Amino acid sequence: MANVNEHTPNTNTTENVITITNLHKAFGDNKVINGFNFNLKRGENAVVLGKSGSGKSVLIKLIIGLMKPDQGSINVLGDKVEKLNTSQLDEMRVKVGFLFQSNALYDSMTVRENLEFPLRRHWIKKSTNKDEVNNLVIEALTNVGLPHTIDMMPSELSGGMRKRIALARTLILKPEIILYDEPTTGLDPITGKEISHLMLDLQKKYNTSSIIISHDINCVEIVANRIIMLIDGTCYATGTYKELENSTDPRVKQFFE
Amino acid sequence: MIKNILIEIGLIARFTGRFFIEVFKPRFEFNEFLRQCFYIGNKSFPLVAITAFIMGLVITMQSRPTLVEFGAQAWLPKMISVSLVREIAPVITALICAGKIGSGIGAELGSMKVTEQIDAMDVSGTNPYKFLVVTRVMATTLMIPILAILADGISLYGGYLGCNIHGVVSWDLFWNQVFDTLVYADIVPSILKTFFFGFIIGIIGCYQGFNSSKGTEGVGQSANYAVVISSLLVFIIDLLAVQITDALNLN
Repeated sequence: MANVNEHTPNTNTTENVITITNLHKAFGDNKVINGFNFNLKRGENAVVLGKSGSGKSVLIKLIIGLMKPDQGSINVLGDKVEKLNTSQLDEMRVKVGFLFQSNALYDSMTVRENLEFPLRRHWIKKSTNKDEVNNLVIEALTNVGLPHTIDMMPSELSGGMRKRIALARTLILKPEIILYDEPTTGLDPITGKEISHLMLDLQKKYNTSSIIISHDINCVEIVANRIIMLIDGTCYATGTYKELENSTDPRVKQFFE
Repeated sequence: MIKNILIEIGLIARFTGRFFIEVFKPRFEFNEFLRQCFYIGNKSFPLVAITAFIMGLVITMQSRPTLVEFGAQAWLPKMISVSLVREIAPVITALICAGKIGSGIGAELGSMKVTEQIDAMDVSGTNPYKFLVVTRVMATTLMIPILAILADGISLYGGYLGCNIHGVVSWDLFWNQVFDTLVYADIVPSILKTFFFGFIIGIIGCYQGFNSSKGTEGVGQSANYAVVISSLLVFIIDLLAVQITDALNLN
């Protein structure tokens, strides 16, 4: 396997596109996020690693504004997410894509309609004509290698194809940041590796920054510039894949065994 | 138990209150509303029509012996027209729709919820409550009265055939008796209550689906609760409606 974990972010690495400060989120007595601090630099792929139920998905849902934090601040491309109203959140979400763990393709719509949905919704005020929308859909599908699926229903696609279509839908608005929620979960190791490489290729092509939630250590090795260990709701450890792999801390080491 | 019921009622009330806020705010999801009208109205019509026809026929055939005993079989069209239009056709339509549409909405939104499609909609710059709930509730509120009016006509036709199984009633005589008997006080309240039936079927189906959890088990539960609760509420609304019409001397 090519050791790609040491690839360097391809743009200005000093600019933070996401800054999280002292973030807290609890569900009843369960403090899922407990004083989490984090910066994502432009062009960087940061992987958040942690056990199931450790709050990884909650973290990215807080970033995209699907949940409200109890305390703390999330700054995304200069906007404080917790203070944005609905229309400001919509504007912010054009710049931040989200790939759902379950793909979240609309079952009742074709692949074309799935891809057109965010375009039409976010661009409704702009003069986007039908041909322009069609070209963008075809471009997005070509990028993920599935232009022939354009008129198929999600139920007709395999798991890997659904993941690629979901990725195409995320990329169609050409976001600056992409949040991936366990992008290789439920896929076989080969397809998982293909998706990981596709993520890396698309990141280079569109010059995006990413936060990737993953358990899949193969995926982590391929895509991560930096790994953040989310343990007890805090940023327990951070470093490159090699640094954490060689860590002597048993709580870190167990993820790499 | 009682505390849980009260909490549930409070949550449904809040969910319903949100409908009245969102329904007047742009942007209006007109295309989705029309799509839902098509699914809810057009696709439910065959089931409602068959049920209404059978009910009209059966009620007529079962009422006939009693009227014959009193030598009042000539009153058969009058009697069945009142019972079908005032009560049976609207309530049967509502119950059929609670089963078909309520469970469908509960299961559809429930599965969208557990597969994160509702979150995906939110992320795509769409208010999911407006896109999914408002359109469906508006569609049920509009289409169920239309289905009930059609069910009135079809059940009366079933009644006409029922009258002619053991006797002879001409087409003109049957309909003359029906329209001589029915007054606005019979028709208007029965149609008005179907708007409430439609609203409650839509809102309960959406509430159950929107608040679905626990994976596929939760989806099944949402569909089940949507049918049970909306059917129960249809009867409660019917009870309230008869009290109101009684108080207004419309019965």
